[in-house]
Amino acid sequence: MNVAPLVALVGNPNAGKSALFNALTGARQKVGNYPGVTVERHSGRLSLDDGRPVELVDLPGTYSLDPASADERVTRDVVTGRGGFERLPDALVVVVDAANLDNHLRFTLQLLALGLPVVVALNMVDLAERDGLTLDPAVLARELGVPVIPTVAVRKRGLDDLRAALTQIVGAGSVRPLPASAGVVEDIVVLQRRARTIAHAAVIAETPGRRWNHWIDAVALHPVAGPILLLTLLFVMFQAVFAWSEAPIGWIEQGFVLLESAVRDLLPDGFVRSLITDGLIAGVGAVLVFLPQILILFLFILVLEATGYMVRAAFLMDRVMARVGLSGRAFIPLLSSFACAVPGIMATRTIDDEKDRLTTILIAPLMTCSARLPVYTIIIAAFIPNRTVGGWMGLQGLVLLGLYVLGIFGAFVAALVLRRTVTKGASSGFMMEMPKYQLPQWRDVALGLWSRVEIFLKRAGTTIALTTVILWALLSYPKPPEGSGISQVNYSIAGRIANGLEVVVRPIGFNRDIALALIPAMAAREVAVAAIGTVYAIDDPEAEGGQKAITDNLRARWSLPTALAFLMWFVFAPQCISTIAVTRRETNGWKWPAFMVGYLFAAAYIMAGITYWLAVSIGL
Amino acid sequence: MATTFDSLATFPRQTRATVASIDWERLAVPEARRLRELGFDEGVGIEVLHRSRFGSGPIACRIGRMTVALRRTVAAAISVSHG
Repeated sequence: MNVAPLVALVGNPNAGKSALFNALTGARQKVGNYPGVTVERHSGRLSLDDGRPVELVDLPGTYSLDPASADERVTRDVVTGRGGFERLPDALVVVVDAANLDNHLRFTLQLLALGLPVVVALNMVDLAERDGLTLDPAVLARELGVPVIPTVAVRKRGLDDLRAALTQIVGAGSVRPLPASAGVVEDIVVLQRRARTIAHAAVIAETPGRRWNHWIDAVALHPVAGPILLLTLLFVMFQAVFAWSEAPIGWIEQGFVLLESAVRDLLPDGFVRSLITDGLIAGVGAVLVFLPQILILFLFILVLEATGYMVRAAFLMDRVMARVGLSGRAFIPLLSSFACAVPGIMATRTIDDEKDRLTTILIAPLMTCSARLPVYTIIIAAFIPNRTVGGWMGLQGLVLLGLYVLGIFGAFVAALVLRRTVTKGASSGFMMEMPKYQLPQWRDVALGLWSRVEIFLKRAGTTIALTTVILWALLSYPKPPEGSGISQVNYSIAGRIANGLEVVVRPIGFNRDIALALIPAMAAREVAVAAIGTVYAIDDPEAEGGQKAITDNLRARWSLPTALAFLMWFVFAPQCISTIAVTRRETNGWKWPAFMVGYLFAAAYIMAGITYWLAVSIGL
Repeated sequence: MATTFDSLATFPRQTRATVASIDWERLAVPEARRLRELGFDEGVGIEVLHRSRFGSGPIACRIGRMTVALRRTVAAAISVSHG
């Protein structure tokens, strides 16, 4: 079988590359990783006019072939045929923003020097015209010596012309990798000046357009109004995470209750039924209920990114971040980490400074991710009285907010210490292009959201399902001898491990049940709730199940200082296999994940201990 | 010196200006490279759009047809002249 020719989409950031890619490939796209690096590889199929299929790959946006970050290195390696993880493309589609030719043509010139067949997509011509800029594609084509096709990716304009041009050039010339010495053109300034000359020649008319971008920025970046707007947006976002998710969470819970009773009716009592109901359904169900909250949080983040506001938020946050030795860029990954640290850590790839990026990765797990919510919610519901303070604030909500703030505060302290010790280095800069505001393309947002759902469902279906089943087995076996009076939990393998671990955690006020819950919670924090539920269910099989039973059991068996210490533990403890795994991948080794786990466990132990003894000493 | 230039870090907002010179020596290597990649060069039109009033926040400026955010330490290395 012949391999389909490879066509790569290349261009500056904000050239509308991904929109063009989505428009060309539609839903027929695959998101994977480049082997050996964690940069996402988006690829899809496209049929040329003569019926030949080509594989289209969307390369990370970059300003030049002199890479500053891991993403940009991938682009350089692919178009120069280095790295060995991707074959050399048979043709390039260079995507340029029509309204920003000065800058984008410089990179185009650099790419043309590589000698691969090229089509230039003069993208977002509609926005350029709205800005009062009329261009002559024919002049551009003549100056560059390659076909130039005006496109509007989001309106699917020019796609047929682009495909026709590709049909002409794919397979027309011979593709040869460049000698290592040639290629990457060195002098940016020289190229830049040439690019400006060409861009200038291509302009037919240039009138001052509407400056509505500047009007929005006049508010969004205003020294007083800007931060207020940002805080309001964040407040609305977190409100929505809780308010909008209530109903769908109820549906998911009901669904699992129905599923469980169906299985109970279907199967006879015994090993298989217990495995499915107590193990699988209870465990996976306890985790899947967070899907709505994760979705809502990501919806906000994706929309903020798509509109171009996120970079403004980074701009506003730069001053705060600079105080702890980071830059505004770190704000975006850290915000994502409120949903889940895994995509958050992956988003650090856009930070070019290595030390900066490492620090951000190391503190990302301190952002209160959605997996902590079930733990917080259930402990707060059981131990914090549901009353108002100061007339209008709910005490329970206040405690929850306090836990979020504590995480952020912890992260800042950690960053401050790390930047002075293990990740010491010159303070990195903050320099970012601020893209034009635009309405989000709902299709692109939906595609982004879907890929998050996929990751989450895969995790729930594999790691979490497996862990809960293993815990169930460890708790259920061996069975204590008939009439011995020893409880099932104490006699089980898990119980014996927990009894050993209890010695270590007793000084910080933890009991055996907590020790038991902490083991499976290593895989994922939210399992802690399911684990405590399972412990009490197996301990007392006669009792009713469900949330209320867990709450009653907690009240009966835990003291208030223990509960508070438990909450504090979860603010810091790095209990998430996925986070550790993604840190290993992103830092290329075990050194940094090991360090991260170490410092966070130490912090968790110390802070939980302080909380416990403080609470005991004031007589709680 | 015959003419003195203003630094971009303190140049008045929303006033058209031209980059007169950039003191590359004052910038870290990656910073200088990124600045060039974003189109900073002598003779290019520039305009400060936003600057926080207090402290040391970054500034946003228009260069060519782009808006770019940069820190004041970097902006201080860029000399501009009116017009």
